[in-house]
Amino acid sequence: MKYVDEFRDAGLIRQAAAEIRRLARPDKHYRLMEVCGGHTHAIYRFALEDVLPDNIDLIHGPGCPVCVLPMGRVDDGLSLAADPKVILTAFGDMMRVPGRNGSPLEHKARGADIRMVYSPLDALKLAQKYPDREVIFFAIGFETTAPSTALTLRQARALGVRNFSVFCNHVTIIPAIRAILDSPDMRIEGFIGPGHVSTVIGCRPYEFICRDYGKPLVTSGFEPLDVLQSIIMILRQLAAGEARVENQYARVVQWEGNIPALKAMAEVFELRPYFEWRGLGFISQSALRLRDSYADWDAERRFAVPGIRVTDPKAAQCGEVLKGVLKPHECKLFGKECTPELPVGALMVSSEGACAAHYNYALRKTAAATVHA
Amino acid sequence: MEVQVCLAIPGQIVEFVEGHPHLASVEVSGVRRKVNIDLLREEGLALSDWVLIHVGFAMSKISREHAEEQIQLLTMLGEESEAVRELEGYQFG
Repeated sequence: MKYVDEFRDAGLIRQAAAEIRRLARPDKHYRLMEVCGGHTHAIYRFALEDVLPDNIDLIHGPGCPVCVLPMGRVDDGLSLAADPKVILTAFGDMMRVPGRNGSPLEHKARGADIRMVYSPLDALKLAQKYPDREVIFFAIGFETTAPSTALTLRQARALGVRNFSVFCNHVTIIPAIRAILDSPDMRIEGFIGPGHVSTVIGCRPYEFICRDYGKPLVTSGFEPLDVLQSIIMILRQLAAGEARVENQYARVVQWEGNIPALKAMAEVFELRPYFEWRGLGFISQSALRLRDSYADWDAERRFAVPGIRVTDPKAAQCGEVLKGVLKPHECKLFGKECTPELPVGALMVSSEGACAAHYNYALRKTAAATVHA
Repeated sequence: MEVQVCLAIPGQIVEFVEGHPHLASVEVSGVRRKVNIDLLREEGLALSDWVLIHVGFAMSKISREHAEEQIQLLTMLGEESEAVRELEGYQFG
């Protein structure tokens, strides 16, 4: 519990940890999945796994948008930037994601006009500033970011900005959870539900997880105490033989979600019949594309996108890690061929990915041990 | 290191922008920038309200206490300065 003393509410953390130990039956093994990459990041950063008893494993789920984006889509996006007329814009966390011939950052170094933006609205502003260029926004993310893209597109249409378009890679969380639940080797007892995705979609869409699969889900905040309280709520449900959706993050998440955000998404986007996820394969109705009414702002319809497919190396066991069958370090490539500097598999790509988080945490632990030796 | 996609930035509404109903000025750690408030207009926003900001958009209204917690969380994660840099990076307003 080395890191616990750093928390401002160390006493509460200890109480929560004691309650978790009391609730976790020694004859049982609990595998709980945190769906959101932000939770994964916080869990490793705060070393929360050190606080948990040995029979509780946290499984790090698919909620890291950069990680689940197939390399072929990165290459497709980069191919757009080969046209000298194009300014390709992307969030900072996309800039280092490797394609077959390098990351956006490396393509930029070779002369492509690729710019980092903090908001899709900045991409739109660039389009207004450079009317003789084509500004394309490389959109990624779950329901947390999809409404922002939708509102930006709505604004582009209202303003009649014709040299702006979106290369849409938005994905939706529910089909990914369902794919994990349907997998034959799935062994998860409960879910720590996403925080900010839930501010948009609310809690209702998770009800099938409880009703059809008998697993509890608790939407959770990001503080150490939030995550531990969510684990307590899940364990209490499991002890009582219940499976319900509960909202630990009620100070932000409303049960019905954010209606204007859902309306904006529904107006601008429709579901793709299927979409490929790194580590999980093709999942039907799991991603968004622009509706016909926004075709003029759809980069995939306005430009030739090659539709590149790059299969993950067979040796990478991302799928098994995502489903909780393997822990990150149990993958054959972990820390050897596959590192955050040279990622082979999806989960090593961003610090929100399970493997990169695990790798950085292990390094930090080793460094701390060396310092204290 | 970039700000993590899932971590939102808390900001306080300090000004509404006349003639631009989509926008409001928010302040975080002494830095002021305009953000889009379309997702919260139905719910209603007032001066001094705190919001969580995500890629240039105010996503949810939060209490002052939660805003403080969120700032502390970003500090604990070592990402407070990145969050401020993100806010400074918004150029659209």
